[in-house]
Amino acid sequence: MTTTHTETSPVIPLPARAAAALTGLGALATAASAALSWTWTSDFPGDLTYTGSPAGLQWLAVVAGLLTLVLLLATHGTPGLRWAAPGRSHNAVLYAAAGALAVSAYSVTAISVELGGLANLEPGGWVLAASGLLGIVGALGLPLDRRTTVPLRILDKRLFLLVPAAPLVWIGAHAIPDDKPVAPVMTALAGGLAIATGAVLLLQLGHAAHTWLRLGTIERRLAAPRELPSWAEVLLIVLAFGLGLFAITFGIDTEYGELFTGYLLLAGFVAAALAKSGLVTRLRALTVKHRPVTTGAAFAAAASFPFTQTSDQYTSVATNILIFATVALGLNIVVGLAGLLDLGYVAFLGVGAYAAALVSGSPASPIHVQFPFWAAMLTGALVSMVFGVLIGAPTLRLRGDYLAIVTLGFGEIFRITMLNLNGTTGPNVTNGSNGIPRIPDLEIFGFDLGKTHTVAGVELGRFSNYYLLMLLVTAVVVLVFARVSNSRIGRAWVAIREDETAAEAMGINGFRLKLLAFALGACLAGLAGTVQAHVSYTVTPDQYTFAEALPPNSAFLLAAVILGGMGTISGPLVGATLLFLIPKKLEFLADYQLLAFGAALIILMRVRPEGLIPNRRSQLEFHEAAIPAQPAGDDTALTKAGA
Amino acid sequence: MTTTATPLLDVTGVTMRFGGLTAVNDVSLTVGEGEIIGLIGPNGAGKTTFFNCLTGLYVPTEGRVTYRGNVLPPKPHLVTQAGIARTFQNIRLFANMTVLENVLVGRHTRTREGIFSAILRGPGYHRAETQSRDKAMELLAFTGLADKADHLARNLPYGEQRKLEIARALASEPGLLLLDEPTAGMNPQETRAAEELVFAIRDKGISVLVIEHDMRFIFNLCDRTAVLVQGQKIVEGDRETVQNDERVITAYLGAPLEGTTAPEETP
Repeated sequence: MTTTHTETSPVIPLPARAAAALTGLGALATAASAALSWTWTSDFPGDLTYTGSPAGLQWLAVVAGLLTLVLLLATHGTPGLRWAAPGRSHNAVLYAAAGALAVSAYSVTAISVELGGLANLEPGGWVLAASGLLGIVGALGLPLDRRTTVPLRILDKRLFLLVPAAPLVWIGAHAIPDDKPVAPVMTALAGGLAIATGAVLLLQLGHAAHTWLRLGTIERRLAAPRELPSWAEVLLIVLAFGLGLFAITFGIDTEYGELFTGYLLLAGFVAAALAKSGLVTRLRALTVKHRPVTTGAAFAAAASFPFTQTSDQYTSVATNILIFATVALGLNIVVGLAGLLDLGYVAFLGVGAYAAALVSGSPASPIHVQFPFWAAMLTGALVSMVFGVLIGAPTLRLRGDYLAIVTLGFGEIFRITMLNLNGTTGPNVTNGSNGIPRIPDLEIFGFDLGKTHTVAGVELGRFSNYYLLMLLVTAVVVLVFARVSNSRIGRAWVAIREDETAAEAMGINGFRLKLLAFALGACLAGLAGTVQAHVSYTVTPDQYTFAEALPPNSAFLLAAVILGGMGTISGPLVGATLLFLIPKKLEFLADYQLLAFGAALIILMRVRPEGLIPNRRSQLEFHEAAIPAQPAGDDTALTKAGA
Repeated sequence: MTTTATPLLDVTGVTMRFGGLTAVNDVSLTVGEGEIIGLIGPNGAGKTTFFNCLTGLYVPTEGRVTYRGNVLPPKPHLVTQAGIARTFQNIRLFANMTVLENVLVGRHTRTREGIFSAILRGPGYHRAETQSRDKAMELLAFTGLADKADHLARNLPYGEQRKLEIARALASEPGLLLLDEPTAGMNPQETRAAEELVFAIRDKGISVLVIEHDMRFIFNLCDRTAVLVQGQKIVEGDRETVQNDERVITAYLGAPLEGTTAPEETP
């Protein structure tokens, strides 16, 4: 925990007023450019050719521009807008302006690359590009929160040998005739070296930018919030969740990869800007104060998603996100709370799905029974739990890496066993690689989830029904997680994670509690599996692998937990949503998906090891570091470095 | 030699061998109700190994350990449940939990709420949780950490981490507390405060067995002191007996000519 001195100073030396004016102008122009046409042809997805009617990416520019403007005015204390930036940090404006730049740079690049040249830009496109640059230059001239010194980190000098080596190998690879046996090896080597060189240069560039920008955090006491009546606070929470629902719906509903990329870029910067502005802190204080309202609002926002949809196309995506997220939350008990690295967790989803499929009354199931819905769910959860105990009992005596390896093995054993129980290499239970197809739709108290129903004037299709059912399951898992994690059992799990020997010396039966975590995790995954079997009509062994390009699989589940934030509820939910949407929406990545995924994970772990949403305890760490740095009445003395 | 009626802890002939190495050799010791017993010895004498034999971390190769007349089970969590709590030589707190949560973990054996109770949250759950919290806060007040309840354990200064370890151990409502070098790294004032704390613990009716290198601390505190050298108990008794014993002086300062082990600490 190092503390460094900080200052407020501009990166680009500009008079404060000029900088503010420039930022404001850039922000306004960014928003206004959306009213102009960006390109002349409707070939670019979203049709950006109209003047006066924004579409697709143009809406993102409007949002980015307006947000920058609002934050700028709020930071400067404009009456009536002060609530928007209680943190009074110009860094929030900088992040918003960077978001505007990202949207404009991405849009201009995408248009000129896809249509073949800058000539395809209409004046609106040029205005966009110029205003993005204008905004960021202005924002860099604002008095930002910065550290006084950031020494330049230079990577190991030997790494820079790659820079000359990569082109040489590349030339060598091309010089060798294709029929030589070493040719593919050389090509592969050249490709690998190119990627490595790119990574080294990018990293060094990042260090250089870090040293140049010297961005830091100055802990200011937030301006005291105006006392609001209770109903107004509740209204604010509801409003925030409404906005959240709108933002997530927008992301799920994006129809083409370009819009999604722009959305993702903007969302990242907006999140950073809002966090810096202090709004997130303010909102969190409200949600803590009105916990039941918050839970209700979150649930209501999620439940109203199908009502915003005109077709079932994206509800199916949302349903799968929910399944994935719920399983990730179950894994969070095992990994995040008890600290047991489970690399074969998807097998429990599979056990639940297979158990439900076998008793679903599918004609392909060798057991010709059809359990009612609740019994099928219970069966799936219980069978999965039994498997959890069976697998856990011998393996949980291992610690750390050994447990990871053994669970990885068990995950594969499950898949291969399901393949082999096909009637030829074993008794016929699962139909081998064909899986169990034609799983009938669920019927709950006469309500057929396979049919379209009209509720409140909105047609809810098959996936909407399953979405709502799955949401109930998610709610149950969230409830279980929240209550257990903050109880005697949850504390014992965390204690085991922190120091198993000390935990045992405190009277905790380590083995039994680890087994309990394993069983509960398995049970919750199995519960999700029972719904998944019905949603996807078919269960096959290939749905439950360790790693592939599409979630859910064990690697992605673990990534969702770690990416989102271990030990939290919202972390895995956010992580799972991102990890599901990104491969789904960016289909052009296709062959490079796993590469991009790996790179993104490495970068994230480097810059934000605690995950996107750090848990309460890590937050406390931040919070506590600020306490000694703040003698009463002094606002800008010291600050905690990092973040 | 002793003044107590019934021995709380009765160790007879405990031997611990790791392969060819005998770390603890035929050690017997009794701790009576309300006694403070010291255990000293040069580094590597087997003091911590002896502790580990008592707390179920190791299963002694030979010998018997009884607590209130019952043979101790060879599992750490069962030993704690039976009523023996301990602290560690190298502080082993749950670093990323709050101070209060650390103590609540110590309550684990004295509470029964299982997973269903946690999910359903009936009135019984709330009662037990409130009781645990009250008890934990009481212990934090006892050790002087009440105002730090919401801090992360890792962020406490060293001396307070030691106190928290003691509070956590006391949370399991032990009859016997084993302290492994509770004043290591403390300055004289903190050591005095630790002495007061140990006396206060004894006044609660809890017996204490303490390993320490600080001789003043030991002799101020303990009713009896046992000296362990190379795995063997060479002497046991009050201050005078131990201080005047030639074998102890030899073990600590070395014999003039024979050249036995000469450890680095001075008494």
